[in-house]
Amino acid sequence: MHVVSSEYSRRDALRLAGFASLAVIVAAGRADATPDEVASAIAKLYGEKKFGSGKIKLDVPEIAENGLVVPINVEVESPMTDADYVKAVHVFAEGNPLPNVVSYKFTPACGKAFAATRMRLAQTQDIICIAEMSNGSLYMTKSQVKVTIGGCGG
Amino acid sequence: MASQPRVRIPAQAKPGEIIEIKTLISHDMESGQRKDASGKTIPRKIINTFTAKFNDKVIFEATWHPAISANPYQSFFYKATESGEFTLVWKDDDGSEYVAKNKMTVG
Repeated sequence: MHVVSSEYSRRDALRLAGFASLAVIVAAGRADATPDEVASAIAKLYGEKKFGSGKIKLDVPEIAENGLVVPINVEVESPMTDADYVKAVHVFAEGNPLPNVVSYKFTPACGKAFAATRMRLAQTQDIICIAEMSNGSLYMTKSQVKVTIGGCGG
Repeated sequence: MASQPRVRIPAQAKPGEIIEIKTLISHDMESGQRKDASGKTIPRKIINTFTAKFNDKVIFEATWHPAISANPYQSFFYKATESGEFTLVWKDDDGSEYVAKNKMTVG
């Protein structure tokens, strides 16, 4: 009888430990955007549409020492005429607390579909960039940034 | 706190020349993710939109999310065709707007 009860308590302990580690995973999942969250943010914009590759030049550092200030330059290949131009560019981060980073709206008056800014990255992660052309075609590219010190504070 | 934005735009350009516009504004860009010493979340307060107009026509717009760094920098290009004035507007979460105006002569 004594053996059985200790067996139970050990099982309970294991079960508790299991729940505890599960809770940690859930909490971590809540703190950071996941590839799924990025995918749903993209689906919200463009539904189930297909993305081509190429056209986008996403310039991010391979290694960012300071996650607080990570330069990001995006350029999309386009003649930028009234008939054929880049309409929008969206940038997403898979490992930040929130999936969105920045969205740009270009016009033919830009002459060149280029924009540069600086972003915060909480950890090493993939940056996803999508471009929407004036004819409705979509392009996507991805680049990993290794972050030495996270940039999202407490 | 946001202060006077800093903008670099060439004062003169040749017709058809593609010029770069560089902007920088002082702002904490409080992400809404940080906690203060007592563990309370510091509310989000960022500049959420940057709009560039030339002669009152929108030429470029950026929607910034909390992942944009403090003192946000933004650069973009513009194809000079006529003389006129740039109006750059930064919109804060609290509703305030910071505006910079720059004239450019084309010829």
